[in-house]
Amino acid sequence: MGGSVIIKASNLVKWFGEGEARTVAVKQVSFEVQYGEILYIVGPSGSGKTTLLSMISGILRPNEGSVVVEDQDIWKMNDDELADLRLNKIGFVFQDYHLFPRLTTVENVAIPLILKKMEWNAAMKLARDYLDIVGLKDRADLQPVKLSGGEQQRVAIARAIAGQPDILIFDEPTASLDGDTGRKIVEFVKTNILNEKRAIIIVTHDSRIYEYADRIMKMEDGKIVGYESGYENSQQHEK
Amino acid sequence: MKPVSGIYRVALKLLMNDKSKFTALLVGITFAVFLMVMMMSMFSGILARSCAPVYNIGAKIWVMDPAVNNTNSSIPMPDYILSASRSIPGVKYAVPLYFGSALIKLKDGTYQAATVVGLDDATLFGRPEMLEGRIEDVFAENAFVVVKDAEYAKLESPKIGTEFEINDNRGTVVGIAKVASSGLFGIPTLYTTYNRAITYIPSARFTTSYVLIEPKSEADVPGIQKAIAKLGYEALTRDQFVKKVANFYTFKTGVGMNIMLMTAISFVVGLSISGQTFYTFILENIGKFGAMKAIGAKGNELISMILVQAVVTSLIGYGFGVGAASTFMIIAKWRVPGYAAQLTYQTLGLALVMVMIIAAVSSYIGVRKVLQIQPFDIFRG
Repeated sequence: MGGSVIIKASNLVKWFGEGEARTVAVKQVSFEVQYGEILYIVGPSGSGKTTLLSMISGILRPNEGSVVVEDQDIWKMNDDELADLRLNKIGFVFQDYHLFPRLTTVENVAIPLILKKMEWNAAMKLARDYLDIVGLKDRADLQPVKLSGGEQQRVAIARAIAGQPDILIFDEPTASLDGDTGRKIVEFVKTNILNEKRAIIIVTHDSRIYEYADRIMKMEDGKIVGYESGYENSQQHEK
Repeated sequence: MKPVSGIYRVALKLLMNDKSKFTALLVGITFAVFLMVMMMSMFSGILARSCAPVYNIGAKIWVMDPAVNNTNSSIPMPDYILSASRSIPGVKYAVPLYFGSALIKLKDGTYQAATVVGLDDATLFGRPEMLEGRIEDVFAENAFVVVKDAEYAKLESPKIGTEFEINDNRGTVVGIAKVASSGLFGIPTLYTTYNRAITYIPSARFTTSYVLIEPKSEADVPGIQKAIAKLGYEALTRDQFVKKVANFYTFKTGVGMNIMLMTAISFVVGLSISGQTFYTFILENIGKFGAMKAIGAKGNELISMILVQAVVTSLIGYGFGVGAASTFMIIAKWRVPGYAAQLTYQTLGLALVMVMIIAAVSSYIGVRKVLQIQPFDIFRG
């Protein structure tokens, strides 16, 4: 599937407020994401990255434009269909991880499986397998608060991939981590999580991890202002 | 595949693993249920005690002065009411009943008030169940049957043959009986014949406290009631009399209103503690619920999670509260034999309804908050 389009966003517009208070966060943005690709969305605060990310992942309804995910126009779906789309096709890794502190690590990872109505014991078994993939099988029965920031990040990744999504979305994955841990996490994602049936979109400010991107989409003032390859950008960054 | 059962398990783990909040919720609901059940049980006990003579005597129709509002405040009726009652079509038989009180002089010289029930000499209708002795012995000279209930010891636990002084007359215990329910005012009860009762106890011109009627059939009851009403008196079925007494204590004595007020306060206390704690719990986890929405949880799944949390906590609190109230009542009855509280199915049902309202209101607050959170808010931090 590598090379074919998994997400096609066309003429996306999103504004907040009405009248004089109206702020246009995303202005006529169109782009595509390919299977097997890691796409970074970068830009200064207020450039519309998060709004764009929310619109392509079925979370925030655009005022104009369309988003097609695997041939389905997602903004023609109702709320329940969108929830199903997110559950089955999209995995999220949030900036603050949003792990339930009162559940164990394995129970946190199993949440997408439980939402998919999988039987409890089977979900726990499968969740342990995903924890094994991120190297945290021995932490399965601990509560997230007993894990380091990097480990919590990996738990969040395990939870995101547990639903076997085609699209993985990372929101500032390295924001809460030191540079070395952040690079290791993204390298791990690229090596172990990305495959030709999956695309990964990362919103980040962290130029230290640009080298792992296939493409970097730059945004400013709600518009796409250019693309670079991760390699090119990392070279510039080193200079 | 067990649809949504895993969701409920997650919901309960989220709540129960938060031990401080779960404990606070349980304590709040348990306390509220305990108070509600205690208040309603006391009220129920008081009502049952207040109607004790009606149950103990067991007559189907009671004829009385319309001004009578409880069993102890009977207003004597002229003798012709008895005769007139007997002549009403549909009356199988009618008998007089004396119901009054007297002072009993105890061996140590002190006095003890007692209720005296005078049964019709011909039939002894309304007689109690005998524990010792024979009911026929009540026809003997100065004979009284004493009821062995919570107040029995106040007469120094008399035996058959024990003599006492009642209004300057000699009385002799010829039997010991039991009744279904003890009276409300904590005084012992003596049974004797109607004629002895009106002889030993000073009374006004009229002596009949009640006329007890046995109708030939249920269909005759309305006709009998109409005929008695024409005489200027009131004929009530057992249930009607019980209701009249209950209404009197509920609405005209302050007992009912005060207990209802206490029950309402207990409900509000439970609701406040539960609602506030549950709201705090939801607020603390609101980001996680938002994340679950982003992951793919539907609104109805999140609502069902919160409902399960609220209902399960409420039911556990209900169980603890009922258990605590039952234990308290058992201990109270053990220490205070005349303690008037009874746990009825109605009380349990009403407390359950109230606790479910607490659960519904608490969960409604949480549901509103969770439905308001948008996954986009999670991305925006």
